[in-house]
Amino acid sequence: MSGRRFLGLAILLLVLLPFVPLLLWSVSEQWFYPGLLPQKFGLRSWSYIFSTASSQIAGGLVQSIGLSGVTTCLSLLIGIPAGRALGLYSFAGKRLIALLLLLPVIVPPLCVSMGLHLWFIRLGLAETFFGVVLVHLSFCLPYTIFVLWGVFADYNPEFEEQARCLGAGRLQTLVRVTLPFIFPGLCLAALFSFLLSWSQYLSTLIIGGGKLLTLPILLFSLMDSGDRPVAAAVSLLFVLPALLVLLANGRLLGRQGLSGVR
Amino acid sequence: MFQPLPESPAQAGTAPGRLRLLMLLGPALAIILLFFGGGIFLGILQALGYRPGAGGGSLSLSHFAAVFTDPDFSTSLLMTLYIATVSTLAAALCSLPLALLLTRLAATSSWINVILQIPLTVPHLVIGICISLLLSPAGLVSRLLSWSGLIAGPAAFPLLVNDTWSVGILLSYIWKEIPFITFMLVAILKNSGQELEEAAQTLGASPWQRFRHVTLPLLAPNLRGACLIVFAFSFGAFELPFLLGKTFPMVLPVWAYRNYSDVDLMARPEGIAIGLIIAAVVICAILLSQGLTRMTSRQGTAR
Repeated sequence: MSGRRFLGLAILLLVLLPFVPLLLWSVSEQWFYPGLLPQKFGLRSWSYIFSTASSQIAGGLVQSIGLSGVTTCLSLLIGIPAGRALGLYSFAGKRLIALLLLLPVIVPPLCVSMGLHLWFIRLGLAETFFGVVLVHLSFCLPYTIFVLWGVFADYNPEFEEQARCLGAGRLQTLVRVTLPFIFPGLCLAALFSFLLSWSQYLSTLIIGGGKLLTLPILLFSLMDSGDRPVAAAVSLLFVLPALLVLLANGRLLGRQGLSGVR
Repeated sequence: MFQPLPESPAQAGTAPGRLRLLMLLGPALAIILLFFGGGIFLGILQALGYRPGAGGGSLSLSHFAAVFTDPDFSTSLLMTLYIATVSTLAAALCSLPLALLLTRLAATSSWINVILQIPLTVPHLVIGICISLLLSPAGLVSRLLSWSGLIAGPAAFPLLVNDTWSVGILLSYIWKEIPFITFMLVAILKNSGQELEEAAQTLGASPWQRFRHVTLPLLAPNLRGACLIVFAFSFGAFELPFLLGKTFPMVLPVWAYRNYSDVDLMARPEGIAIGLIIAAVVICAILLSQGLTRMTSRQGTAR
């Protein structure tokens, strides 16, 4: 066996091992100790998810996708110009502005959410979708800016001027020149932002006040209830969309993956 | 950690108008200042005893004092430091050889790369549940040992979840963090690692010399940056310690949330104060690391 294949198999094993009990629990109906496999297989947990509690779980899925989707779109919309300014230009106070914009990467969201909560209650933003989006944005945006800063540091804006000289309009230049150039980096920034928002628990709980039932919030209460098969099935459901986004991204980036991050 | 990247060569030095810069940076600055800066600022006010609903009240350090004099504070702080430091160091020690192996075997553009990205997409909550189903006394590993006759039953299995040494929490973090650090290192190795090392080899450097004097200094800035991000995250994270940790001592983020969500509203400012202490510790750690790097690089040039 070649060294490369051996390394690949070792990585495959270590990455997938934690999912083995998850898969087994999600299709078990009876699994007493010390049985290595469930004594009775069955789809009780899956039918619970898709019929008995389907409205709640599907609602959580929609809520989570909506929240992460809107957060990601806003953070790209605001992050692209900022990344462009940091990547292309040098100006007075750049270090300070960069530090300020990237500081939320290291300060835990817990701290910010607790501080904002009271203010958000007074503004009527607590327990609302938009309020939670704003909190998620405060720590997704810095990651987006960080990735796009690297992208624009390698970007040559002269191509835009050439396109303009050749008669392209503003919109045409953006769609035909700028976006194709920054596309791989853009996908990566979107992936970071989506994943970060997707797996948030505490900030959603504090600002959403238990009204915004995203998948992580449902999952925590399921773990408390102790129904392992259902918790395992919901966990798998929770991993799936992010995994699909990753695979789609890998395809789009021509398998370059994270190599664009600097 | 966030050194300014070089500007694009075509535009370096050209200063755009203030208005244009404001248009580009304004929205991002507004969001961060308002919701991040605002959150921290209001948090400080509340932790100092300011009560918007009750006519303000006077500012004092009594909530911070209550936290610092709590007999459990030092154990909590040490516990949090232990988890964040050990998981970060272990993940870094695994990532360094892994990144070197991946580049050497030219595996960075194969299916192995895609597999290694999977942990990045898995939420901490889910890996926590996986580790608990795997390593708890009635978990899969215990079943395997019991089935093969190595242990008598769940009671004979060593406690790895909700345990004193936080083994389950550490393993979850390490599993999540290795890919992140590895990809940060591979990004550098792919661009410039190979050529420099070949040059050193031509000049007669041994494998150890090449690693110590060529590869490691090349990777150091990214390694340090990745470690700091990972440390900061695990120091302030709630999910894994809440799920897999012991009830005592609590890590700081769990303690902060317990206080914040207490039925007694008077405990709330104390929760916020703990949150701010977490942020302060993380910022101190980063400043310290920057200071140390500056010192060692000065020593390097003096020699």
